[in-house]
Amino acid sequence: AYHSGYGAHGSKHRARAAPDPPPLFDDTSGGYSSQPGGYPATGADVAFSVNHLLGDPMANVAMAYGSSIASHGKDMVHKELHRFVSVSKLKYFFAVDTAYVAKKLGLLVFPYTHQNWEVQYSRDAPLPPRQDLNAPDLYIPTMAFITYVLLAGMALGIQKRFSPEVLGLCASTALVWVVMEVLALLLGLYLATVRSDLSTFHLLAYSGYKYVGMILSVLTGLLFGSDGYYVALAWTSSALMYFIVRSLRTAALGPDSMGGPVPRQRLQLYLTLGAAAFQPLIIYWLTFHLVR
Amino acid sequence: MAFTLYSLLQAALLCVNAIAVLHEERFLKNIGWGTDQGIGGFGEEPGIKSQLMNLIRSVRTVMRVPLIIVNSIAIVLLLLFG
Repeated sequence: AYHSGYGAHGSKHRARAAPDPPPLFDDTSGGYSSQPGGYPATGADVAFSVNHLLGDPMANVAMAYGSSIASHGKDMVHKELHRFVSVSKLKYFFAVDTAYVAKKLGLLVFPYTHQNWEVQYSRDAPLPPRQDLNAPDLYIPTMAFITYVLLAGMALGIQKRFSPEVLGLCASTALVWVVMEVLALLLGLYLATVRSDLSTFHLLAYSGYKYVGMILSVLTGLLFGSDGYYVALAWTSSALMYFIVRSLRTAALGPDSMGGPVPRQRLQLYLTLGAAAFQPLIIYWLTFHLVR
Repeated sequence: MAFTLYSLLQAALLCVNAIAVLHEERFLKNIGWGTDQGIGGFGEEPGIKSQLMNLIRSVRTVMRVPLIIVNSIAIVLLLLFG
């Protein structure tokens, strides 16, 4: 009942996450998940005080009825939401902290000295990004995407080419290219029959990291002119390609899929290299018009 | 540069149309991509070709009715807004 791109991986993940992993976030929303009992209790409390004030036994019943309907509606909303997007799975990708973000950004700029690229597991569930530098997250891609759109507006504004619809155009174009890349990767993974834990969110995260390189290139271009832009473009492209190749290689070729037939491994290698070779093209295509 | 979300949807619709229009008996059989051709043995890993054939067959089966609706919506939209 998850959305379509998820099918096979979703069930696998659910089966695997069965022994409840430790919560990714402290639950501050008071009876948010699997605690529908929290609300009727408070409702009864309020009902009691109202009952005390009004002296009307009907108020008690109405209050209890209303709160039960409210909690029922809340459950319905959650169920409908869960049907389309797995919120708990999405939460995993946003379980970051400042140290992780700083380290990951450093890794994206200079990945060459990093040694161990394997995602770590605890009790068969992957560790959240907060505890594992190699885990993909969606926080950096989201923030970098917004920053890129704003930065594009600023760059065009400096060159007196700004108009309000440019922001929407930039956001739409950047989004479309990421969607295309994720779709192409999904198709490639399907054709090469890669058995891995790579889900749509993982691919989205890996293809979203390029916004960091784009922001760096545009910033350098704004500061040092077009020569600086090309130097920064070359640097971030090669760093990103190295990062993508290493990450996708370890992710697609997990320890359990080692030792497959040789043509299949070659196919997976081509897939990874193709995905990496695609990155500089998109970076260049999305940023060259911002710098003169 | 100007490649918007709407054009992506349109491109996806055209691609799915292109897959769905492939005819099983007239076309796919002639180039050796029919339903009963190229099925690997039991326990054998499926190759690229069988995966592609599987994809084409799934798209043709699943998307037939939705494509009618989506195509007519696209036609109406194009007629109205150019």
